[in-house]
Amino acid sequence: MENPYLPYPVRIDDIEVATEDKSLKTFTFVFVNPEDEEKFAYKAGQFAELSIPGVGEIPIGIASSPVEKGFVKFTVFRTGVVTTHLHNMKKGDLMGIRGPLGNWYPWDKLENKNVVIIGGGFAFTTLRSSIVYMLDPANRKKFKNIDVVYGARSPGMLLYREELFDWEKRDDINMHITVDGTDDPDWKYHTGFVPQVVEDNAPVADEDTYAIVCGPPIMIKFTQPALTKLGYQPHQIIMSLENRMKCGIGMCGRCNIGKELVCKDGPVFTLEEINQTPKEY
Amino acid sequence: MNFITIDKKDWAPGVDQSRNTYRVYGPVEDENGCQIKPLAPDMQPKMDAPVTVMSAKSVLFPQTEKILTATLDESKEDHHVMKPVETDDMPRVVLGIRPYDAKAVHLVKLNFDNPDYKDPYWCAAYDATTFVGLGVTRPGPCDFSTAVGSGPFSEEGLDVLMADMDDKYLAKILTEKGEKWAAACGFDTAADPKESQVLFDVLRKEAEKQIQADVATDKLAQKTILDLYDAPFWDEVAFSCINCGTCTYVCPTCWCFDIQDETRHNTAVRFRNWDTCMSSLFTHHASGHNPRGTKVQRVRQRFMHKLKYFLDKYDQGIMCVGCGRCVASCPVNIDIREVCNRMNDYETTK
Repeated sequence: MENPYLPYPVRIDDIEVATEDKSLKTFTFVFVNPEDEEKFAYKAGQFAELSIPGVGEIPIGIASSPVEKGFVKFTVFRTGVVTTHLHNMKKGDLMGIRGPLGNWYPWDKLENKNVVIIGGGFAFTTLRSSIVYMLDPANRKKFKNIDVVYGARSPGMLLYREELFDWEKRDDINMHITVDGTDDPDWKYHTGFVPQVVEDNAPVADEDTYAIVCGPPIMIKFTQPALTKLGYQPHQIIMSLENRMKCGIGMCGRCNIGKELVCKDGPVFTLEEINQTPKEY
Repeated sequence: MNFITIDKKDWAPGVDQSRNTYRVYGPVEDENGCQIKPLAPDMQPKMDAPVTVMSAKSVLFPQTEKILTATLDESKEDHHVMKPVETDDMPRVVLGIRPYDAKAVHLVKLNFDNPDYKDPYWCAAYDATTFVGLGVTRPGPCDFSTAVGSGPFSEEGLDVLMADMDDKYLAKILTEKGEKWAAACGFDTAADPKESQVLFDVLRKEAEKQIQADVATDKLAQKTILDLYDAPFWDEVAFSCINCGTCTYVCPTCWCFDIQDETRHNTAVRFRNWDTCMSSLFTHHASGHNPRGTKVQRVRQRFMHKLKYFLDKYDQGIMCVGCGRCVASCPVNIDIREVCNRMNDYETTK
């Protein structure tokens, strides 16, 4: 019987400080047993449990993309016992990854559609995975227009800055980068909160347009009305939720929202589905 | 279906004989009241015990259970590689389990053994366990099992159902596991199937008559989750709750757990422990956000999970077998029977 609690052993191959306040680091892991990488076949939008023996586990969205081979990446905010321990680890250290877990963005449904990606703060990790997936030469033609609205508190808090600015130069994706505020006189992108930038810049919805939203609860709360103003129907708004998770496989019972388990039935839900559940997220 | 009779003077020798094959669990009386526990070689189950304080769920789902381990000694090649601890496959028999507790195992199975994932520890324990039930002839005042799809002589989840006939037990062998247990005990005195079934039916009816359960669940499925969630009575239901969690620990169908790591010298161990939705930490995010930060939210969660979410998710009835332990154990007299009726009778005015 396969043991769903058993992590794959991995080695930290690279650690990159992701934000100027050093509260976020991106960890690149390689699988100790190469065959485990095949078993860890994931889709953009899924998460995994990072597992440090003797310390604990944390559920984190996968930041790398299924089209990137040979490694798996996670960008982790230092906030609790496990994340602090992880931030203090070094290249070459061994630990575990369990997953992939949860569902993913509905890529089959999104084919031949316009896709608007809306992200805020460090929730941008699974959205990075999605953007890299859609921009991959083998996949780009499967999608029509791609728009990205991504906001951070300040320029120094933007994740994946080099990639963001590379994407911005491309003509097959529309980037709308924003920060809450900045003193930088040379800042040439938007200033303001994500919902307003969405309202001002995201495409008006037709039946072929879907929005994927991932961010802090306050951003999600105010982005919904902005999208509604633009004509998006609840089934066209796809959200990735977070709840306190532990087992990641729907057994421990703590992450439910109504009868749905965020770790197993989610984390990806449409607003139409969420509207049928209690607001416990 | 086989019926056998077991003379009570043969019971203890039979149980002892079965210890060659089985680890034996049963009701024992200790300072904490009557509990289902593994029986030491010199112990016999207290078959005439009243309702055990705790259910038999810890036989398959221990309160604390090692699940993984790893060495942290970096001189070892496999350091920091987690490995499963061995599952306990030794055959075990639970004697004297009450029928509602066996039904609870069937409900909990939906969580631990599903098409997506199988919990290897729970499943191994389940496969290894034989449940020998004893029909309840004198239901307690909190027993409402008949109202929720179980009952004093319910057979669901049991391998053997026994009835106490004063000087003997009449036993109905329900499964192959049950047959093996009876053979291991040397219990092989056949009883007349027709007569035995008639006796069982008489005892069942007499026992069911004693249960004064005025609990209705028939309208729960028709209501929407959001209507019940927004019902006005939750503040009142939760008012006296002190969030002690007793209701969840004594419940045979509560399965929520936490996972924690500990280290000792160079060994890391990953445990899982029973947890409770009555604790605010249960849903507390690392960010500080807590979707169920207040008492009323947590009390509502418990009843909504048992009486509505479970029903909607699995279509197998409610997540309650009517044992009445949560009613009897609640220090502030919150009564699931009353809450169930309120939910069942609630009509939204929208």
